[in-house]
Parts: sequence; C-alpha cells; structure tokens
Amino acid sequence: MALVSDGAFIADEWRRLADEESLPGSGKVIVSLGRLPAAREDARLTALGVYVANTTDPKALAPYFARLALIDIAFPAFTDGRGFSLARLLRREGFVGELRASGRLTPDQYLHAVGGGFDTIEIPDELAAHHGEANWAKARQARSLSYQRGVAGGASILERRRKGVA
Amino acid sequence: MTAHDPALPPRPNSAPTIYAYDEYDRAFVRERVAEFRGQVERRLAGALTEEEFRPFRLMNGLYLQLHAYMLRVAIPYGSLTSRQMRQLAYIADKWDKGYGHFTTRQNLQYNWPKLVDVPDILEALADVDMHAIQTSGNCIRNVTADHFAGVAADELEDPRPTAEFLRQWSSAHAEFSFLPRKFKIAVSGAEHDRAAIKIHDIGLRIVKNAQGAIGYEVIVGGGLGRTPFVGKLLREFLPRADLLAFLEAILRVYNRFGRRDNKYKARIKILVHETGLDEIRTQVEAEFAAMDRAPFAYDAQELERVVAAFAPPAYESLPARSDALEKAKAENTEFAAFAAVNVAPHKVPGYAIVTVSLKPIGGIPGDATAAQMRALADAADTYGFGELRVSHEQNIILPHVKQDDLFALWRDLSAAGLATANAGLISDIISCPGLDYCALATARSIPIAQAISERFADLERQRLIGKLGIKISGCINACGHHHIGAIGILGLEKKGVESYQITLGGDPTLSASIGELLGPGVSAEEVPDVIESLVQFYLAERREGEAFIDTWRRLGHKRFKESARREGEDGSGI
Ligand code: HEM
Ligand code: SF4
Repeated sequence: MALVSDGAFIADEWRRLADEESLPGSGKVIVSLGRLPAAREDARLTALGVYVANTTDPKALAPYFARLALIDIAFPAFTDGRGFSLARLLRREGFVGELRASGRLTPDQYLHAVGGGFDTIEIPDELAAHHGEANWAKARQARSLSYQRGVAGGASILERRRKGVA
Repeated sequence: MTAHDPALPPRPNSAPTIYAYDEYDRAFVRERVAEFRGQVERRLAGALTEEEFRPFRLMNGLYLQLHAYMLRVAIPYGSLTSRQMRQLAYIADKWDKGYGHFTTRQNLQYNWPKLVDVPDILEALADVDMHAIQTSGNCIRNVTADHFAGVAADELEDPRPTAEFLRQWSSAHAEFSFLPRKFKIAVSGAEHDRAAIKIHDIGLRIVKNAQGAIGYEVIVGGGLGRTPFVGKLLREFLPRADLLAFLEAILRVYNRFGRRDNKYKARIKILVHETGLDEIRTQVEAEFAAMDRAPFAYDAQELERVVAAFAPPAYESLPARSDALEKAKAENTEFAAFAAVNVAPHKVPGYAIVTVSLKPIGGIPGDATAAQMRALADAADTYGFGELRVSHEQNIILPHVKQDDLFALWRDLSAAGLATANAGLISDIISCPGLDYCALATARSIPIAQAISERFADLERQRLIGKLGIKISGCINACGHHHIGAIGILGLEKKGVESYQITLGGDPTLSASIGELLGPGVSAEEVPDVIESLVQFYLAERREGEAFIDTWRRLGHKRFKESARREGEDGSGI
C-alpha cells in the first residue's frame, strides 16, 4: 500500500489490523468498526483508528471521536462518491483527526478528496506504480480556484470576490 | 426601410445582455482546460486506462459514440452571444465536419472531434467564455432554463441569474462529481413552463409568496429514460437566500442513499419513488437544518452583480403595433405565415421573440451548418442586440427583434435556409440521434423524423393541424423525450427488425404527463401512416381552438386507440 499526503508518497505509521489478528501491545492501529468498542478500552495503544464502509452512519462514530485519531473510509470503486459525503459529515460532527480515503482513487480525484476534508489517500502498490508520485503532486496543484470553499486554496471564488482579493 | 439602410444608426449590440465571465470564472475555466489537457495526454500515452479516463472525459463533455467521440458543449441556460455563436461555427469548420447539433438540453454537440484536438477545442471555447464542463457524466449537468427568459410576457423573474448561480455552485463540485447517476436541474420564472421542469431531477419555479417575497417551488424526482416520472413537490416555497444550501442538502441525501447497484435505478426519481416523498422530504429538511450554511451566506451584492449582467438591452420606445409589419404581412403570405407561427409576443411594446426553426422539411432536427450558425450570428447582430437562445425544442431563438425588422430578418433567414415556418407544428420534431450515431440505439430515429416531416411537408396543412409535438427516441433511454410528446415514438428492435411504439398524451409543461401506449409496435414505413390516421381522427373530432393534446384529454385515450385500430383493419398494421 502507498500513502499520499500533501502530494507526496509518505511512510505509513499505522497498522491496519485484520479482524482475526489480536490487538498488539502498542502502536498506531486501525481496526474495524466492530472492534472499536473493545479497542477503545485498550490503553496500551498509542493511537487508535477505524476503517469504515462509506455507508456508515456518521452519528454512530461520533461517541468515539475523543479516542479516534484516524478514520479510514473505503472507496469500493473510484466512481463511488459516497465517501466524499461521509467525510464531510464526519467533519461536521466534529472529527478533527486524520481522514483517510482508501481504494483505487486516481490523482484526478485528489482535489475532490481534499475538498471533502481528507488528509491522506491510501492506494494499492500496483496503482501507485501506475500513477506515480509526480502525478499526485501535480494533481494537488491542478486548480488554484474553486467555487466551493476548502477545495483549492481555501477560500471559494465567491468569498474571494467579496473580499476583492485575487 | 430596413435595418440595412445605412441611414439607420448602428444597433447597440455590443453590450452583452448575458453573464460575462469575471477574472475568476475565466481563470477557473482555463485551469479546467489545462487539467483536462493533462488527462488527455496521459490517456494518449497509455498512463490512464479508458476506465480511469472515462468519468473525467465525461465531466468535460466528451462522449464515446458509435463511430467516434462526441463533444457536448454547454450553452448554460440556453443564452449565447453572436460572438460565441461564431466561435461555435469556427470550431465546426476547423475540427469537425462543418456542422453541429443543438440538443434538447441546451447543448451543442460535435459528432466528429478527434481526442487529440479536444483540449484545443476547449481552449477555443474558453476564448469566448464557454466550456463543455459537466455536459455528461454522473455529476450535476449543465443547468437549463426557459429559452424566453427575460423577454416573455408571462414572466415573474428572469431565471438566468438563478441558473448562473447554479452553474457556478455545481462546477467541479468536490462532493458531487461522483453521484450515482447524472443530475439535471431546470429553472423557470414564468407562468408557462417552457423549461420542462417537471421532468428534471430538480425543477425550480420562481414564485412569489403571500408576503410578496420571491422564492422557489422545488420539484424533485422527475425524469424520462426507461422509467419516466413526473416530478413531485418537495418544497412549496424556498426563500431565495436558502437556494444553494437546500440544493446541497438534496444532493447530499441523493449521493449517500441513491442506488448504485443498478444504473437503471440510480436516478433520484427512483430514490424518491422507492423511499417515498415524505421520507425524502424529512431527510432533506434534516440535512438542511443540520448543515453549515455559512458558505452559502446570502450575498446581496453578488446577486446584484449577476442580475445586472442580464439587464435588458437598450430597447427603443415603440408603438405596440408596427405598421411596417402589418403591411409586409398583407403583401407577402409566406412571411405572414412565418409571423403567425414563429413569432411570439415580447414583453416590450414593438418587439417580438423569433423562433428560428432548425427543422427544415426532411432535414435532421437540430442540425446547423457552420454557415447557418454565422447567418444566425449576423441576424442577431443586425436585428437582435447580438443575443441568441437555444431552446429545448432544438431551435434557435432571437429574443429581441423589432417588429419593424421582422420582414427584413425573415428575408435574411430565408436566404440561409432558416425560415421554415413550423415552430410548434407537426414537423417541429424533437429527435435523438438514434442508430445513425448512437451506440445504445435499438432503432433509427432521424430517418423517422424525416419521413414524418416529408409526409406533412405542406405548411398550410400543418398550420391547419396546429400545435402538435412529435418526439422520437431511438431507444428506451428517451433522449428524444418521446414520453412527453403529444405523439411520442420509441424505436425498439424486435427479432432483428425495427419496431416503433407510439404513445399519446405526453406533456412537458406544468400540466406534465407521460404518454400512454397506443398499441403494439409498427414498422418504420408504417409510422407516417399511423400519424396520418391519428391526425385525421383529431381533425374530425376537435372543437374550436382545441390542440391535439386537448382533444385527446377530452375524448380519452380509448377513443384514439379505437380509431387507430379501425385504421389497422384496413392494413396500417397497428
Ligand atoms: C449519441 C449519444 C447519446 C447517448 C449514448 C446517450 C445516452 C443516454 C442515456 C443512457 C440516457 C438515460 C439516462 C437515464 O435514464 O439515467 C439518456 C437520457 C437523455 N439524453 Fe441522451 N444520449 C445521447 C445523445 C443525446 C442527445 C443528442 C440528446 C439531445 C438531443 C440527449 C438528451 C438526453 C435527454 C434529454 C435524456 C433524458 C433525461 C432523463 O432521463 O431525464 N442525449 N441519454
Ligand atoms: S434515446 Fe437511445 S438511441 Fe437515442 S440518443 Fe439516447 S441512448 Fe441513443
């Protein structure tokens, strides 16, 4: 797996745990939604993350926010845009940790992901070989303007017009 | 005296009466073109697979057809300037085969662009503040509006500022670019619905509430395709300031809960149908209540800026009745017929709205050559403040023509082969491309349109028959709107032969209805005969002033069905 952050491939400090693996004594661990209640009580973990389906109810996750440092939303297909809405709703519910999109996303969707509030994107190695780091770096800068807030360069075009700044 | 007389002062046609991009809009479109250029390069180099490329080419208007790529250019809310029309002609000549096709959704399609040229075409569009953004794909599509916007006598408010807000809000929307399916929005600001708002995913109607405030009636879940639905009332009155936030709420509910397991059940119409309107309303209102509306904060100054862009042109003050027009009509019966059929009342005295039909007898509905596009641009400059409109009936509108100039305009149009006096009549047929171009088609549709047009070639007879909309689709996807034609024709394939199903009673307006099936399908050759028999039955039965659809509603489907069956007994094969 390759991890994209700010247009670069970075090392992943997190370990994704399959349901049959037991909780390790320490470290940063991503568990499934089903294991979240138990994992939350495990004080040995340095940091806790959860991976969820894009159909997850954001309100169901909210009670865990205080203990959660990462939420990883699965993209079952790169054309399935539910994850973009879920990300936005999680931010609205008050989640401030790392939001990660995982699946076969392409660099061409980078700004969509950023606009939804994602910090990182996790893609399979073979896809990372196909769309290299340079593609992601370029895609991060593809547009400097957006009609929506938070997508490219922060302020929306409407807000820029209002302020009269370029 | 005509507008060509040098003695007349030049027309004030330079100031556009439609939204002109500001520096942000312009930079945004340029960036979008550059981004797509990169994607095309990667596709050509094999760095993007067709599967990966597909959604991105679609959201830039590039469709793969039967023979080649097709590029669909947006004409937002149907308004364009003469300069833009000339650029469309230039593109048709330079990169296509010298023509373009105006569609039912206020777009223009080029049927033969080469992939490698497309970024340059998009650049040429950007040169005149145009684009092909979101004319295809599972995203919010080019927003359409009443083609008589700003000039119709029955208008409460010009829908174009609203539509322009929607264009900007929806462009490259980060959250809503990978929806379950396409999403189409139409806006109307008049008493009569000329934008077919009830057959869109969202239809907006500008209304005034009891307190005199302007807002929107919000209709949701209309659509054609294989399961047609008339849209349902979601919100009776939405204050203007809440528009974008409310639409964002609808789209979020749809993006999360719309079906993705079956693309034929993925439109919002199915979600509304399966979930129930009340439940959807509850979900949308809950989302609307919960969301952060600050990014959509009502900005009076911005509204003013956009509204000002659509300010009316500098009309002269004229008498309501033009003696020149009356005289010309009396002297020339052909022109009189054109004036009676293709000219609509304008809200300003002394002016008129002219529909230029792109349905010459026996022609291809909606096609225009580059020369015709230039002739239209010239006509707009000479007689109409340099502005044109595209209607969902696939015709071109000149929205502000002096009645005094109508005769001169008609002569110019005649010279360009653009003066067919059939707007709204039986040969003003809407047709999809069908098997001649489309990879999904099950039957031809253009040749059927041509055959019907030839059969009713006599314009005098067409006028006698009166208003009658025929709409033809070459497959169940219903691009040709057959469900909402007073007479609808759907081309199917049965055991390797084309078979055409005919429906009656469709209506795209506020009284929207889906057509009912006449009977088993007929062959391509039989279609004109069946139409002929239906028309004859109607002519025999109609009352004074009754249009085809009215007679059908009064007598009922059964009577029409029976009449067709009687015809069938002597060989027309229904
Ligand atoms: C030639 C290639 C084309 C293809 C492959 C194509 C494909 C489709 C498909 C698959 C649908 C059904 C979508 C659905 O129900 O979810 C559809 C609907 C539609 N298309 Fe096309 N189309 C083509 C050309 C056109 C043209 C030329 C026009 C305009 C003249 C057009 C206008 C429409 C409209 C108005 C609808 C109905 C929208 C609705 O379902 O509410 N299409 N098209
Ligand atoms: S109705 Fe069918 S045949 Fe006609 S354009 Fe649409 S998809 Fe093609």
